[in-house]
Amino acid sequence: MTLNLVLGQALNGLQFGILLFLMAAGLTLVFGIMSFVNLAHGSLYMFGAYFAATVASHSGSFLLAIVSAMLLIFLLGAAIDRAGLSILHRRSHLDQVLATFGLVLFSNELVRVVWGNAPIYMDAPDYLSDAVNIFGLNYPAYRFAIIVAGLLVALGLYLLIERTRIGMLIRAGASNRTMVSALGVNIAWLNRFVFALGAGLAGLAGALVGPILSVEPGMGEPVLILTLVVIVIGGIGSIRGAFFGAIVVGLVDTMGRVFVPIWLRAAFDPAMATAIGPALASMLVYLLMAVILAFKPEGLFPVRARG
Amino acid sequence: MADSITASATVPIPERVDRRVWVAVFLMLLFALVPLYAWLADDVYVLTYFGRMLIFALAAVGLNLILGFGAMASLGHAMYFGFGAYTVGILSTWGFTNGWLHLSVALVVTVLIAIPVGWIALRTRGMAFIMITLAFAQLFFYVFVSLRAFGGDEGLSLTELSGFGALTGNKYAIYLSLLLTLVLVLWFTHRLVKSRFGLVLRASRHNEPRLNALGTASQPYRLVAYVFSAQICAVAGFFMANLTGFVSPSLMSWLISAEFMVMVLLGGMGTVFGPVIGAAGLLLIEDGLKTVTEHWPLILGPLIVLAVIWLRQGLWGLMAPSGGKAASSADQGDH
Repeated sequence: MTLNLVLGQALNGLQFGILLFLMAAGLTLVFGIMSFVNLAHGSLYMFGAYFAATVASHSGSFLLAIVSAMLLIFLLGAAIDRAGLSILHRRSHLDQVLATFGLVLFSNELVRVVWGNAPIYMDAPDYLSDAVNIFGLNYPAYRFAIIVAGLLVALGLYLLIERTRIGMLIRAGASNRTMVSALGVNIAWLNRFVFALGAGLAGLAGALVGPILSVEPGMGEPVLILTLVVIVIGGIGSIRGAFFGAIVVGLVDTMGRVFVPIWLRAAFDPAMATAIGPALASMLVYLLMAVILAFKPEGLFPVRARG
Repeated sequence: MADSITASATVPIPERVDRRVWVAVFLMLLFALVPLYAWLADDVYVLTYFGRMLIFALAAVGLNLILGFGAMASLGHAMYFGFGAYTVGILSTWGFTNGWLHLSVALVVTVLIAIPVGWIALRTRGMAFIMITLAFAQLFFYVFVSLRAFGGDEGLSLTELSGFGALTGNKYAIYLSLLLTLVLVLWFTHRLVKSRFGLVLRASRHNEPRLNALGTASQPYRLVAYVFSAQICAVAGFFMANLTGFVSPSLMSWLISAEFMVMVLLGGMGTVFGPVIGAAGLLLIEDGLKTVTEHWPLILGPLIVLAVIWLRQGLWGLMAPSGGKAASSADQGDH
């Protein structure tokens, strides 16, 4: 029973971490190559969830919903970049934060106008609605599918960045974009591709959570903030850092919420445990971040200086 | 310049001041006339309305101390705003109603938290600093959301406001002391920025390695500035709780932190009086849009984007005598 609980929560944590990785990968890639920070990344995630839920309810096909949401957000990302986000590339991070904050306000309200204020729901497909058996534990098949899909995406991203020409250009662009540009690479297109790729991953993350969370206005912000924690812990600009950071944050957050109240109840009297348990559990991730940064201000996988 | 602001035209203003001094004096006089209007028209609501504006102005002036003068872009100052407000809420729930006690506890708690938070956050620069301050604010946001004893995410209606004898809960007294506090903080900021301390702070914004090489460790100065700025926000929160009689975690939400930042930017970063204009401007724009459509963020969002892109010196910078050029060389220590 207890072992099952630990295993189940560990898988939940892993699943959450995978989603955070999908978010963090895009954000950190964009930051790495363009030195651009996008608070509206959470809005892209929200749009992904809404598109997927809409497509799913109209077509009835879950797979179509996921794929089309990802593609639409990919295109939306490219369009946003084309429309003039590039003006902000050369501005200070503060300007970028505030301008994209404006976009967050706009997106949340747009969603309210188009889809209404009430949460909408999306069902997992029938073939993923059962449970799978993992080491004797019955685990929801849909969550397991998220883990598998996320790991495949992570692998694909690794291969893209480490093994392909475009990945080489991305890495080169992150270390010295002026030089890459001087060597005849169209850096604007590279930027647009990376931004759209990051957007697409955020859209995918949003589409995947449709069946397990309620899809509602403002759903992007809590995830966005945890994503920022992930990339700060991992080292801003590092994909590897984003992966480990996301898994650690996912595990600590999920397991903390379950086990901290249990431990507290064992150690203190129940009234006090109920009072401070939830508070302490939700602080855990941020405390972890504070401790890591106190010792390693650059994050766990610092990115070496770029030009 | 801010000297003449504080003196509210009782002192003859020296020549060679730019016209913006008059704007500042005029604006503060308008704020000072609000209670008179409220008394004549018997309309206490205007005190709450403009009081809220003064509170945001106070917080924005506080944030600007580090954001504008020290280039420390904290996206977490709503946290200190919330501390100030919750100190009032929690202490009065426990039966301690002395107003001075509320204020001092708010300041002490803020110092105790701002020092470690600032110490960790200031180890980083730029983007990481923005994200870390945001994350810390989020930490405390969730703490207050999960404190069921104090209303959790629904907030807490104050049974008793901070006690100041016969003046307790008097909207006129709250408004006037708020105005006085804002004037004092503006004066303090003006003096601080001109002092050696302010010089180091402003220098750290430009070239920290050079500053350190000259033999001045910038870090302690930055930390002290961070703590001051946090305290100003806490005082703003203290007033917020007393003005509205209600505290909730939404006071600490990152949206409020971002609003403070927008106010500073809209008014003019690194200017003493700019944030006041920015706060009043943003709140007026918001309320104006609210009368037009219930979907006002649909307009406000793009307006913020445009302001970031085009209004680089802020509204205060626009009013500069040389058409904004003086401020654009960014560091004349425009104050």
